[in-house]
Amino acid sequence: MSSLFDILLSVTFWAAAVRIASPLIFATMGELICERAGVLNLGIEGIMVIGAFSGWMAVYLGAPLWLGVASAMAAGMLFGLLHGILTVPFGLSQHVVGIGVTLLATATSYYAYRVALPEVTTPPKIEPFQPLEIPFLSDIPLIGQAFFNQTPMTYLAFIVAGLTAFVLFRTPLGLAVRAAGENPAAVEAQGLSVTALRIGAVTVGSGLMAVGGAFLTLSAFSSFFFEMVNGRGWICIALVVFGAWRPGKAVLGALLFAAFDALQVRLQQTPIGAHLPYQVFLMAPYLLSILALVLMSRRAQVPAALMTPYNKGER
Amino acid sequence: MRLEPIARPTLARRLGFPALALLGTIAVGSLLALIAGADPLQTFGLIVKGALGSKFALLETLNRATPLIFTGLAVAVAFRAKLWNIGAEAQLYAGAIVTVLLGTGALGAPMVLPVTLAVAMLAGALALLGPVLLKTKLGVDEVVTTLLLNFVMLLFVSYLLEGPMKDPMGMGWPKSAALIKEARLPRIVTGLRLHWGFGVAIIAAVLVWLIDKRTSFGFEMHAVGQNPAAARFAGMPVNRVLVMTALLSGGLAALAGWSEVAGLKGHLSLDLSPGYGYTGIVVAMLALLNPLAVVPSALFVAAVFVGSDSMSRAAGVPTYIADMLLATGLLLMVLALQLSRFKVVRG
Repeated sequence: MSSLFDILLSVTFWAAAVRIASPLIFATMGELICERAGVLNLGIEGIMVIGAFSGWMAVYLGAPLWLGVASAMAAGMLFGLLHGILTVPFGLSQHVVGIGVTLLATATSYYAYRVALPEVTTPPKIEPFQPLEIPFLSDIPLIGQAFFNQTPMTYLAFIVAGLTAFVLFRTPLGLAVRAAGENPAAVEAQGLSVTALRIGAVTVGSGLMAVGGAFLTLSAFSSFFFEMVNGRGWICIALVVFGAWRPGKAVLGALLFAAFDALQVRLQQTPIGAHLPYQVFLMAPYLLSILALVLMSRRAQVPAALMTPYNKGER
Repeated sequence: MRLEPIARPTLARRLGFPALALLGTIAVGSLLALIAGADPLQTFGLIVKGALGSKFALLETLNRATPLIFTGLAVAVAFRAKLWNIGAEAQLYAGAIVTVLLGTGALGAPMVLPVTLAVAMLAGALALLGPVLLKTKLGVDEVVTTLLLNFVMLLFVSYLLEGPMKDPMGMGWPKSAALIKEARLPRIVTGLRLHWGFGVAIIAAVLVWLIDKRTSFGFEMHAVGQNPAAARFAGMPVNRVLVMTALLSGGLAALAGWSEVAGLKGHLSLDLSPGYGYTGIVVAMLALLNPLAVVPSALFVAAVFVGSDSMSRAAGVPTYIADMLLATGLLLMVLALQLSRFKVVRG
């Protein structure tokens, strides 16, 4: 038990938690925007893969890091646009299109990687983002070093979360997006296009998801390898539910989840942890996500028109 | 733009749009081949030759199609009832684990194959039962739960293969002990590398089709998928139908694992399934969720994979072209099906 306290009081633990949470925050915000507009985007896993790949590839070819982030975002937006067009005006099943987009985006990434680097066995490394210490704030005990000595992409993640909350809840655009997910008929009655709002939301949301993927290659691991995303996208879908479709709660959920993930690595080294097979620890994130879904299963806060295709003029 | 249903779509429309989808997929594939520096016609030719061009290739395609028929059926059955079973991968491994547990000599009985089949189906059914009960009792969406369980199951298999089920003579590789001869599926024709798993798969497809078309349960599965509220109003026990659908779907997916272990490989290792559970979704959608159509669909998908493997060795285009072709084909096909039944109207 004392070893648990030691871990919880260590700066490196909390720094790791914030670092692990960063890609989740990007992708969760992205999915949240999509679902608030009424579209379930199951392409999230594949879009994170292509974000990771595009960002890495751009930097590998010589682009500066932020241009890598931008190209990741562009790739994500492209696949988001595809998803949006197929599900909104054409009314195809959001489940099937989502899985299809995940398969397509993942395949595109792996194919492009192999075409670009056919004979490579060890994934080549790029120079990733370095931690950027914020003066004054990083001197706060414990949380200072954990929160304010991270890479710029982590700071961006929290800024994006704040922006998402602001736009969704304090701007007319955000109101329109949320209304498209709750009561599309009311939106049309105001003269706005539900189709445009939904496609726009899915496109922007997918861009954010891809940036989350790019975090993995440009800030965390500095190289691209297969199975890199490893289910994080699906976990973010659970985090959106866990956060009751509110950005603030979703960020807290991501941090909580990341803390558990950081914890399980360290618990493996404690006396008790050494007796359990390591797979048990690796299972924890996925099982926790299922638990989070069960706990939030009172579905009162689901956007009312989530997954309902909108047909103009239909009664 | 808006979609308006067409009362009686013409045959030209019903065949034309899917044909366009096929052409579109070929166009995308050609572009991909060009990007990789290969000639598209030659690439496609090598894929076809690699899948069907020799006895060895043909048998490889049939073998590869066998687990895809099972997972395709599993997904088709589930999706028909709008039960989004993305966990076929976990159910496959559940069946595989059980097949090894019972087949390495623990039960020496001559009836071991039917027993492993039945228990494997039970294991797969149980693997899907959890998510389905969470759906019916608590309203938890089964897409994410089944997906996450795939990862959990894979880790569980890894634990078993490095621990309790490790082959003592495996020289350090994490794999299970080999099945005894009686637990292995025999070859259909002696001398040819095709095992009875394929036969069982065909039988399963026919049986599922019969259930679908000729039993009231099949009717209920359709009704629940089309409109659960109406089905409930008509007095159908919607939740019970969903649970039974899940048991059938999970059981079918588990047979993929059973067949791979008992028929093809003879033991369990972590690379048993290169994603058959996910590919089953493509198979099922291309078959329009029709159980009989799952067989040619699985053969087609298997051919694309086997052919691409072979082509890749010869022409150097990455094997992932197969995944790209199938994902593109899936999306274009669902779009084509929609357009064959709806017309696009301005406003």
